[in-house]
Amino acid sequence: MKTMLAVFRRELAGYFSTPVAYVFIVVFLFTAGVFTFYLGNFFERGQADLKAFFLFHPWLYLFFLPAIAMRLWAEERKSGTIELLLTLPIPLWAAVLGKFLAAWAFAGIALALTFPLWLTVNWLGTPDNGVILAGYVGSLLMAGSYLAIGSCLSAVTRNQVIAFVISVLVCFIFTVSGAPIVLSFFEGWAPRLIVDTVASFSFLGHFSAITDGVIDLRDLVFFLSLIAVWLYATAIVVDFKKAG
Amino acid sequence: MIDIRNLVKQFGPFTAVDNISFSVAKGEVLGFLGPNGAGKSTTMKMLCGFLNPTAGEISVMGHNVESDPLAAKACIGYLPEGAPTYADMTPRSFLEFAADVRGLSGKERHHRLGKVIDQVNIRDVLEQPIDTLSKGYKRRVGLAQAILHDPPILVLDEPTDGLDPNQKHEVRGLIQAMAPNKAIIISTHILEEVEAICSRAIIIARGRIVAEGHPEGDPDAGWRIGDIIAGPGRLDAAFRDVTQARTPAHAA
Repeated sequence: MKTMLAVFRRELAGYFSTPVAYVFIVVFLFTAGVFTFYLGNFFERGQADLKAFFLFHPWLYLFFLPAIAMRLWAEERKSGTIELLLTLPIPLWAAVLGKFLAAWAFAGIALALTFPLWLTVNWLGTPDNGVILAGYVGSLLMAGSYLAIGSCLSAVTRNQVIAFVISVLVCFIFTVSGAPIVLSFFEGWAPRLIVDTVASFSFLGHFSAITDGVIDLRDLVFFLSLIAVWLYATAIVVDFKKAG
Repeated sequence: MIDIRNLVKQFGPFTAVDNISFSVAKGEVLGFLGPNGAGKSTTMKMLCGFLNPTAGEISVMGHNVESDPLAAKACIGYLPEGAPTYADMTPRSFLEFAADVRGLSGKERHHRLGKVIDQVNIRDVLEQPIDTLSKGYKRRVGLAQAILHDPPILVLDEPTDGLDPNQKHEVRGLIQAMAPNKAIIISTHILEEVEAICSRAIIIARGRIVAEGHPEGDPDAGWRIGDIIAGPGRLDAAFRDVTQARTPAHAA
């Protein structure tokens, strides 16, 4: 536990030790704002809620979060520090979890800095703050899922750019797996069960359920188990790669 | 304190380490010699639990490295080849991270950090990002990390590579000062270093031990490497004899 915290602290400090973190946060907030106000028609909708804001999160995350996750393992392998990390008395799970939690905390900080939007709707009207809170919780869980995928794929390669591109691709598949374009590909030949399974993996489906203000246990379990599975896969990949 | 039995490592069809056995006792400084690609680093990586052996057993202070890796790793201080460090950290934050992982706390932590910073002489650069430091400083930061928890076992992969002559002298002095209470393995291809600090040497080529060497009695008598006796400063020639003469025999 102590070693996991040490890894977590080092990794989180690593994000802020270069200007990258600040640039990232500014760009994220700017983009989130643009999407909300221009594409989401925040004002024109005339409703005191943050639906226009949350609506675009899956698409923002699709590009931003693989960029956070890509360095987690690829950088260690490139610089050789992975040999240092894995010969310190740190259990593998602690290294994997510590790194992931640092990335997640960083994403959480970026998300929390969108609070002026929340202040704005509360100033303009009287929104249902419970629904907004649910939206934030859902958004954070979804961010964790994207990061867990990114963490695993970052362990596959020593090249951060490759890690980024593959992560975006895999995240995209998970994001749209409920969309008609994907489902129609399966519907022609696959049994109903498979089509439903594919559809149930959609981040969009689970996330929009939560942003409607309904925190269903199934959606929570979906995101949390997805994170667990991808982190487990990360540990396997890291272990396998070093044994090379 | 280190016991290696019939160690084998294969990468696909390539055998990097081929049935190596040796042990190191407390107070010994074992020089690990051999041409590039002989299997020195691979052996050290297995000893420190980074690579899993294909066959054989490694025991460190009675802990099996494969079945009880955390206990084994806790006893080892390891300087990997090239002394990798986190480039975006400062030496201070890097050493504090190592102290956290090693479970050092309170007074002991403060004492150990202060001590190693002075031992490797990096106090002037403590607050500079590591990637702005010279090669010699980087290596010394790596060395500080390895000796931070005062481990009974020290494994140093080319500890003086990239240091200037004064720094080499300092690091050798440091290793010698620590030697009586530890089992130390250093790999090097600088043979004067072996004469200066090692109490024993193993020469490996193509993954096998081709000769063992030790000083002949009093310091001026030189070293015995296998069947060859090398006078002081003549170790280079003996090294070439042993590694080149034996290699064709193995290939056959």
